[in-house]
Amino acid sequence: MSTRLGTNGRLIDRNKPLEFTFNGKRLKGFQGDTLAAALLANDQMLVGRSFKYHRPRGIMAAGPEEPNALVGLGQGGKFEPNQRVTTTELFNGLTASSQNHWPSLEFDIGAINRMMSRVFPAGFYYKTFMFPRFAWKHVFEPIIRGAAGLGKAPTAQDVDRYEYFYAHVDVLIVGGGIAGLEAAKQAGASGARVLLIEQTAHWGGRAVVDGVEINGKNAEDWVMETLADIDAMPNITRRNRMMGAGVYDHGYALGYEQLTDHAPELSGPRHRLWRIRARRIVTATGAIERPLSFAGNDIPGVMLAGAVRDYAVNFGTSVGDRTVVVTNNDDAYRTAIALVNAGLNVPAIIDARPEASGDLAAQARALGIRVETGKAIGKVKGNKRVEGVTLCAQAGEGTTLEEIKCDAVAMSGGWSPVVHLWSHCGGKLNWDADQAAFRPDPDRPPLGADGSGFVIAAGTANGYLDAASALQDGHEAGLRAATEAGHKPQKSAPPHAKSEAEAPLLPVWSMPQGAHYQLRAKTWLDFQNDVKVSDVRLAAQEGYASVEHTKRYTTLGMASDQGKLSNINGLAVLADSLNAEIPQVGTTTFRPPYHPISFGSIAGDARGALFKPIRKSPIHDWTDANGGYWEPVADWRRPYCYQRPGESVKDAVTREINNTRSNVGLLDASTLGKILVKGPDAGKFLDMLYTNMMSNLKIGKCRYGLMCNENGFLSDDGVVARLSEDSFLCHTTSGGSDRIHAWMEEWLQTEWWDWKVYTANLTEQFAQIGIVGPKARQVLEAMGSDIDLSPEALPFMGFTEGTIASIKARAYRISFSGELSYEVAVPASEGQAFWDAALATGQAFDIQPYGTEALHVMRAEKGFIMIGDETDGTVIPQDLNLGWAISKKKDDFLGKRAQMRSFMQDPDRKQLVGLLTEDAQVVLPDAAHAIEGPKRANGMENIIGHVTSTYYSPTLGHSIAMALIKGGSRRMGEVLSFPVGEGRVIKARVVDPVFLDKDGGRQNV
Amino acid sequence: MSEAVTALRGANFDGAVTVSDAGLRGMITLRGDLGDEKLAAVVKAAVRLGMPKPRGVKEGAKGAVAWMSPDELLLMVDYDKADAVVSGIDKALKGDHFLAVNVSDARVVLRLEGQGVREVIAKGAPADLSPEGLPIGEIRRTRLGQVAVAFWLSDAEILHLICFRSVGAHVFNWLSNAAQAGSLPGFLRPD
Repeated sequence: MSTRLGTNGRLIDRNKPLEFTFNGKRLKGFQGDTLAAALLANDQMLVGRSFKYHRPRGIMAAGPEEPNALVGLGQGGKFEPNQRVTTTELFNGLTASSQNHWPSLEFDIGAINRMMSRVFPAGFYYKTFMFPRFAWKHVFEPIIRGAAGLGKAPTAQDVDRYEYFYAHVDVLIVGGGIAGLEAAKQAGASGARVLLIEQTAHWGGRAVVDGVEINGKNAEDWVMETLADIDAMPNITRRNRMMGAGVYDHGYALGYEQLTDHAPELSGPRHRLWRIRARRIVTATGAIERPLSFAGNDIPGVMLAGAVRDYAVNFGTSVGDRTVVVTNNDDAYRTAIALVNAGLNVPAIIDARPEASGDLAAQARALGIRVETGKAIGKVKGNKRVEGVTLCAQAGEGTTLEEIKCDAVAMSGGWSPVVHLWSHCGGKLNWDADQAAFRPDPDRPPLGADGSGFVIAAGTANGYLDAASALQDGHEAGLRAATEAGHKPQKSAPPHAKSEAEAPLLPVWSMPQGAHYQLRAKTWLDFQNDVKVSDVRLAAQEGYASVEHTKRYTTLGMASDQGKLSNINGLAVLADSLNAEIPQVGTTTFRPPYHPISFGSIAGDARGALFKPIRKSPIHDWTDANGGYWEPVADWRRPYCYQRPGESVKDAVTREINNTRSNVGLLDASTLGKILVKGPDAGKFLDMLYTNMMSNLKIGKCRYGLMCNENGFLSDDGVVARLSEDSFLCHTTSGGSDRIHAWMEEWLQTEWWDWKVYTANLTEQFAQIGIVGPKARQVLEAMGSDIDLSPEALPFMGFTEGTIASIKARAYRISFSGELSYEVAVPASEGQAFWDAALATGQAFDIQPYGTEALHVMRAEKGFIMIGDETDGTVIPQDLNLGWAISKKKDDFLGKRAQMRSFMQDPDRKQLVGLLTEDAQVVLPDAAHAIEGPKRANGMENIIGHVTSTYYSPTLGHSIAMALIKGGSRRMGEVLSFPVGEGRVIKARVVDPVFLDKDGGRQNV
Repeated sequence: MSEAVTALRGANFDGAVTVSDAGLRGMITLRGDLGDEKLAAVVKAAVRLGMPKPRGVKEGAKGAVAWMSPDELLLMVDYDKADAVVSGIDKALKGDHFLAVNVSDARVVLRLEGQGVREVIAKGAPADLSPEGLPIGEIRRTRLGQVAVAFWLSDAEILHLICFRSVGAHVFNWLSNAAQAGSLPGFLRPD
């Protein structure tokens, strides 16, 4: 059983006990524990079930490479699934629950999958698609849905805060082990701005655990001194609990800082996602130990040898009283020695190498530990925890020589440098056959904007697995990074580290060498996704040669640990099955993040009220307080209508239309785009932009214009006012202001760069208020103005400037409703004042504000189009009967050439028509399709067009609609059929789309 | 003129730094040939300041001038002087190719004050906010969170920020959230 030791535990404070719960069970740990250490201290060996077969699983590692021990942490708004116990720091009151089992962790029905493992071979998901359709729906999907899935999704909203932080540095160093510390110190001493980050709470990495000696001192003292040196340099910032999550182009890196996970009582953001720009990035990210592939290597109690050592040294926790060490290298001997020194029993070191003659083996033998060379584990005995192992010859097929009783197995297949960050942005790897590991190829780093490498791997992560060369490499990496970032470092001698010499390892990808099928089918490669040696062999047998294909076929390395433990072992098995060399098979692609990061940190502060910026007009607050029923219009909010207490939305719209048509309405049109275009070539420029002629517009006059893109399709529309000889104000749609301004600038900057034109987007400078209806002129006159508002002085499509209600104003006599109408532009800061004045004065004339729906209905009654309703990116002006707005005189305009193509000239194109339903009270649904004639060969109806706008017109007492209908202009008087589902068909007659006041008598008064 | 109001109507937030509505400010977009002496002369006449360097901002008793792009300046004057300054420029540059327009009401100006102003902004702006990256006397046009902004420091602890009027409330709320007491990372050294 696993338990707390009386000795050791450099990271825990035994005077500070903490309480926590696991599956409701109250347990005790110490300040400084990880949740993994505390669970082990409480003999909680079984912590979860595997993904596919629901096998019992325990803790395997001591860091982020942990594949098995995932739990749900917290409750309610703080619940988070799939959290690794090995990277979770213990705090008082922590609640954890195991995952992926039913009904309980101890007794899980899903484990029956294990018996059915022949049903879930490699490529299971793909193979099921080959079955008849019913089998997928009725057999496979229910089974998979019932069995699959890791943690539960949270059901409550996250109560924590998250944020981003942008940091710019010369040198970013990822990893606070001895190489990273030394690199930071050297880079900092050169004057470079340095950010040093470490994913755990502690500095010094493995060297401290492994008893390395640096400059004659123990590693721990050297780390403390170096931290003091670093802290004395103001140009170095060091942050712990901050992981280098990803490296991207242009020296961009993500840092994931966990601020309160270890102490939820702290205020402030929980996670901070650092977005870092660095001239150079040093990855001193260490190495990860590889498991060995023997049968039963997933049973709780089988653990990485380095992790067993971590738990003993750092947390004073033993995984078992009797631990068998199995290895192909010298490093695992350190575990055996550490355990014996802690008073624990190591029945045997099983070493697959023919001989073990290094210093460490000698030390182990001197301690009286039995060392079996050339041997292997045949299989691990036990179910929910280790009970023993069988000893066999590594060279054989697994015949048992002896059974050794034990309650833990510490395994080591050698160490793999953590090359993830090096590789994220394209750094290449070399296969180091001596260490049986991939390591960064210094000649093929990820390249920055200047064509040189911007990532420098350092220390163990660079393939220097012994402390002395790792420390020296860190020293050089720091100097190089600073130099390449433009600083001049002082050369100095690197510190000298000393550790036991290590004999070479023996690559062991299968244990024993000739393991038969029964053993291979119990030998796990990917613990989290339940991929076994037999699955990879089967994939190879079925023709999978590429590692990327095999990964997807078998799901090897596709779990949330991204194959940190399984990658090398898996591709070695694949290479072996294919009779290829490992470097020929290669690795799968390393992708960020290195380790899962919270969704909250990705969202940052963009949640709740800050989720999306909402643009507000100067009248927004008033509208909000006066019944405004909001609808989104681009990034703006506009009132659909102004509801009175007790009034329905529909009734409000009808009231607003009727009042505007009979009295006077007030419209907030501030969101309309307003772009000033000025310069000697402004007229020429607008002639190119609009389909109609703008250069001959008289000063003081307005003209409606259409803009097309270069493919001839209608893009935007609006009224252009000529302010002076060389300046025009172009109104755009509410959603089009930024887009059209950018469109103008693009043409000016890229194609017509020599034209003398400047533009300025004045959309927000003005509040624009429409005063609309038969009494509009009376209201404006009553508001008090120095403007002559008579029809002679200010006729339709004219504008003038002056003051109204003592506010500087420009009044345009333009109409989108067909009524007598003025749009008055005033400074946005005085928009509310103008609105208030119009309402107060207008009271005597029964003025009422109206919203966008009334605006839409009134424009439809007049047959005016809306960009986005009557247009969809494939509609040309001619389709909308707007040929009158297309100049025949101009040599060119954007879209002209495209509109001359035969398809655009086809008389059978869909054209805009009006529709009157046969039943005046029935309103067609939006986008209803018109059908005609017999069905098509494929059995579908013959569709000839669709409804683009449809309303009930209170003015006409009739439902009206507009539609784009094939050859519509030639169909006047035809009755079309619109099936609307459930056998119902609405019939409507094709009419002129101008339903009201075709002569314009109402607006020309 | 008496009824002119800002979008924020004097809003104020006290946290790790103070965030406040800086009130109405006269602003003029001036586009033209920035190498032209006549243009430099109208800038001098308007704000009594010389031409700023690229990315530069100059402040004086009569106003300020900021470099916005290779052919655009922003002149800052008293709110009620903006129209007069535009008329003056129009007169002085008559016949030349330029654009001068009052944009005072299209904007919101915020003032941030406190030791942590650089760090508050660095939570949302991808620009380098360190004293080396953004020295006093330089302006940055960039984004804050999801919206466009421009800002500069006039002093180690005073930052001015301009955004569009329609998103003024959003930016104020964003800043108030970013400036919550105890939430600054402590990464950027004080000037």
